[in-house]
Amino acid sequence: MHGLVNRSVERFVRDTYGIEIWSQVARLLDPDIGAFDSMQACDASVTQHLLAVVENVLKRPLRAIEEDIGTYLVTHPHNASVRRLLRFGGDSFEEFMHSLDDLPDRAHLALPGLELPRLEVVACRGGVFTLAVTPVSPESEGFGAAFLGLLRAMADDYGTLATLDYKGQNAGRELIEVELLVQDHSEGRDFALGAESGR
Amino acid sequence: MSTLFDTLCPMHARLGAHGHIVHAGPTLQRIHPEGDLRGRRFLELFEMRRPVKGHSMEALRAASGLPLRLRMRQPPGLALKGVLVALGPDSPVGPAGGALVNLSFAIALPEAVRAFDLTRADFAATDLAIEMLYLIEAKTMTMDALHKANMRLQGGKTEAEQKAFTDTLTGLGNRRLLERVATRLIAGERDFALLSLDLDFFKAVNYSLGHAAGDHVLRAAAQAMLEETRSDDTVLRFGGDEFVLILTGMTRRAEVDEFARRLIARLEAPIIHQGEACRISASIGAVLSRDRDAPDIDTMLAQADAALYAAKHRGRARHVLYDPANPPDMPARTKRDAKGDETGSRP
Repeated sequence: MHGLVNRSVERFVRDTYGIEIWSQVARLLDPDIGAFDSMQACDASVTQHLLAVVENVLKRPLRAIEEDIGTYLVTHPHNASVRRLLRFGGDSFEEFMHSLDDLPDRAHLALPGLELPRLEVVACRGGVFTLAVTPVSPESEGFGAAFLGLLRAMADDYGTLATLDYKGQNAGRELIEVELLVQDHSEGRDFALGAESGR
Repeated sequence: MSTLFDTLCPMHARLGAHGHIVHAGPTLQRIHPEGDLRGRRFLELFEMRRPVKGHSMEALRAASGLPLRLRMRQPPGLALKGVLVALGPDSPVGPAGGALVNLSFAIALPEAVRAFDLTRADFAATDLAIEMLYLIEAKTMTMDALHKANMRLQGGKTEAEQKAFTDTLTGLGNRRLLERVATRLIAGERDFALLSLDLDFFKAVNYSLGHAAGDHVLRAAAQAMLEETRSDDTVLRFGGDEFVLILTGMTRRAEVDEFARRLIARLEAPIIHQGEACRISASIGAVLSRDRDAPDIDTMLAQADAALYAAKHRGRARHVLYDPANPPDMPARTKRDAKGDETGSRP
């Protein structure tokens, strides 16, 4: 797992629940873990430990927390750059869905050492997509719920009305079903290829 | 024919035999919002920077197949790359004696996208422009994250360094700091006095009133030493009841004498702890860097300790200034010849 993932968990807790709650988490972390948020690959067990502590402090199911983290990555102003990178995937939510195959490679270009699971649309009937999230290593396991939250937020971002459901695990893959109801349901958020000046 | 080229290379133009634009691709047209490009001379819109072979149509055709570097004459004056193919007499593409030229934003891509609000549709589907924009933003984001991670590490390092040089009980510098301070003074050829100080009767306070009282006395003594010295002087706790003071700019023996008297008197003022008056004093051995040709801190410390030893032999609350002409007996084993940090050790 990359330290950036751990850092995102920390930012999520701080930005959503406040610094006091994060201090509680920090106090409960294994003191033997040095810089868990460094910009380097680190062991997946560190992330598991961090999430277990967060789960304990927030007293919410882990899957719900992971889903919230996915949403947070798209919607929180602190993550404007993550959201922009995702929007490079396509001009519409449907195009974006089809671009997900490239996402792990894109992420890898952005940050070598960041390993994401393989993403592929395995079925597409009418407006219903089935997305498979397949781990490629221990480092890329357990991303399913986070992707569910992230995709839901991206549908909103594009102004698309869609329902998303977690369909459970199948042969090591996590399945997410996405049904596009109305492509141009609302305005969506602006996106211009050119970043705002000063960036 | 035009539709085909518009799809494959939206930044192309076909030029007539006299260098006028016969057709411009949609993106080339888009970055010239001032009006229809047809009929305009290509070299009036773009300055040819390389290869420089004149400004005629012949010169342009002579550059056929070569990498071109051009600059848009309109603001923001984007630098572009291009390639041109001279058209033969019966080319199916365009006018005989003309040329087909294709342009690219190259490294000016982000600027062009911002300046003309370009979208995905303005680029050929095979163009890597979107990937390049993506990478630029991804790079900015990762650099930012790296920078912040570095700042966090740097902050941790500074804190650790401060801790490494600080005596936690009193907040004074510790033994490790002595070498740093002394090296800086000696390298800067600044004179200073080195004072070795032991608290007298401290152990009695510690034994009779307890460690809490002892700690309180140490903190109060440290505070008193800081108040009696100036901001560019240094007060260090070596551990236990041993302190070292470095007084910068002190060169006269009378000055040291006066300072030592004043400090001892100050430390003899009773220190109140939970209603109990704790009484201590101090013995001081001092040495002047001025008294040595080439001051080195280890020797100076040993001489200050010898002077301190002599002071203690004369009774408590005394101070002795090391006299190179008449050195006191060096004690066989000074309290401080053991190497290493004694910070925090209890008497």
